[in-house]
Amino acid sequence: MENLTFTLTKKIVTICLIMVSIGLFALVYGVVAGSGGERIAANILLNNYYFLGMGLIGLFFVAVHAIAESGWQVSVQRIGEAMSTFIPVAGVLMLLFFAFGGLHSIYDWTHPDHIDEILAKKAPYLNEPFFYIRLLIYFTVWSLLAYYIRKSSRELDSLNDIKYFHRLRKFSAIFIVVYAITSVMSSWDWLMSIDAHWFSTLYGWYVFMSMMVSGIALIIIILYLLKRMGYMTHVNNEHVHDLGKYLFGFSIFWAYLWFSQYMLIWYANIPEETIYYYDRLHEFKPIFMINIVINLAFPLLVLMTRNSKRVFWMLIPVAVIVFIGHWIDLYQLIMPGAVGGEKAGIGFLEIGLTIGYLGLFFLVVFYSLTKAPLVPKNHPFYKESMDYHTNY
Amino acid sequence: MNKYITAYYLDEEKLLDGLKQVKAKGFKIADVLSPFPVHGIDKVLGLRRSRLTRVAFIGGAIGAITGFGFQAWVFTMAYPINFGGKPFFAAPSFIPVAFETTVLFAAFSMVFAFLIASKLLPGNDPVIHDERVTDDHFLVIIDVADGSSTDEISKIEKALQEAGAEGIKYKA
Repeated sequence: MENLTFTLTKKIVTICLIMVSIGLFALVYGVVAGSGGERIAANILLNNYYFLGMGLIGLFFVAVHAIAESGWQVSVQRIGEAMSTFIPVAGVLMLLFFAFGGLHSIYDWTHPDHIDEILAKKAPYLNEPFFYIRLLIYFTVWSLLAYYIRKSSRELDSLNDIKYFHRLRKFSAIFIVVYAITSVMSSWDWLMSIDAHWFSTLYGWYVFMSMMVSGIALIIIILYLLKRMGYMTHVNNEHVHDLGKYLFGFSIFWAYLWFSQYMLIWYANIPEETIYYYDRLHEFKPIFMINIVINLAFPLLVLMTRNSKRVFWMLIPVAVIVFIGHWIDLYQLIMPGAVGGEKAGIGFLEIGLTIGYLGLFFLVVFYSLTKAPLVPKNHPFYKESMDYHTNY
Repeated sequence: MNKYITAYYLDEEKLLDGLKQVKAKGFKIADVLSPFPVHGIDKVLGLRRSRLTRVAFIGGAIGAITGFGFQAWVFTMAYPINFGGKPFFAAPSFIPVAFETTVLFAAFSMVFAFLIASKLLPGNDPVIHDERVTDDHFLVIIDVADGSSTDEISKIEKALQEAGAEGIKYKA
């Protein structure tokens, strides 16, 4: 009989805590070594946004499949639910970070003496009180919906009443609508406003899709870790295959959006727009090129065949590399504007802080996994998921 | 002409069970005709995976090279025009068309490969073993080797009957 209760062993906690302390150490190192406030702040924003995105994609994964009434994902649904518990944690960290100096270190529009004609016209949206109000609204709504979706799913499991499934679907539908708007707006707030003079209309979807790919990659990684620990034995090749298809397909879609944004700006050649790519193509050229190679070419070529999407020894390296790749993608969104070419770099500060955040994220996710059985046995599509089989 | 025995089923579950039984007795199933895809039938029949995906890849690769190469040739050698001060070899602007030709070539190569492989091209004589298979019947075909005795034929027929076939026909 399969072990459905996840136990948080001392080993996992120790590893996670070591990772967190590496992160804290990196932060201290950054301050001591004089990396500069801007670079430290930009790194905290980067990691906080990245792992917040992982939480949101976990929730999105659950919600979108509940709406679509798909069956196969029931076997991995709990991973998505556990990931969503990081949203409030990231929210608190984000609020503390912005409140204690992060806002002024990163965003030019918060400095009254930097306000020019363009920024003055954007002031009704880009001003500090409204920024904090929006931040609070995003996190309140996300956290509440994450809580209720998770709660409905657990009640469905323990009380075995179909009304909780309908409740799950209702909250999922609300979340999809809310997230469609807030995901785009939050990316304007926290990322696009770094380069406040510049704008792009598909930026929000581009950032969302970047999060989506890395979120799916992280689901695959967590699934693999759980399988290594002896859980999730019900998840077979067919489920892994579908996650692999997601990773493959969304990688291409991410590149589609990347290219759509790049080509229009390149073709139109308007100085106020091309300045964005000028920075990235000069001071950040290696990062800019690596971004495309490992986030498009690599998954496209490696995951093209059916077998590579079905076996972990092929899928896990791709998932890990793509996960790092989209961290780099976020890096090239934030760093050129927030830090600039001379001061930015990838050193111990960047890597250590990311490890720290990863440790914190895993600690929260694994702790949440202990709170519910690993498979929702009373889910109406439980049997369908267990019998899941596809020829393609 | 080759000889064969056809047996029809009305239910996919019975068909799968029957196929397993007939296979267990050592008879080789030549083909199964079905009005819709039956889950798990590939494994029962021991079918190899379709090679259509390779055709799609080759078609797509040819399409990408053709689309990109054609534009590169047109805009640098055949008819160079200056568009908004861009270089003649403006690679980013070639990508959308190259993308479309990739999709087009991959799709067409798959359609034609499928039509050729299943002998469905215009001019091919359609092979219809049983009219009812075009409606709701599942048809199992077992080839009969040349020079088989009536004894051997009746053995196959018996095996099919035991495997729950609704009707059996021998065609010479």
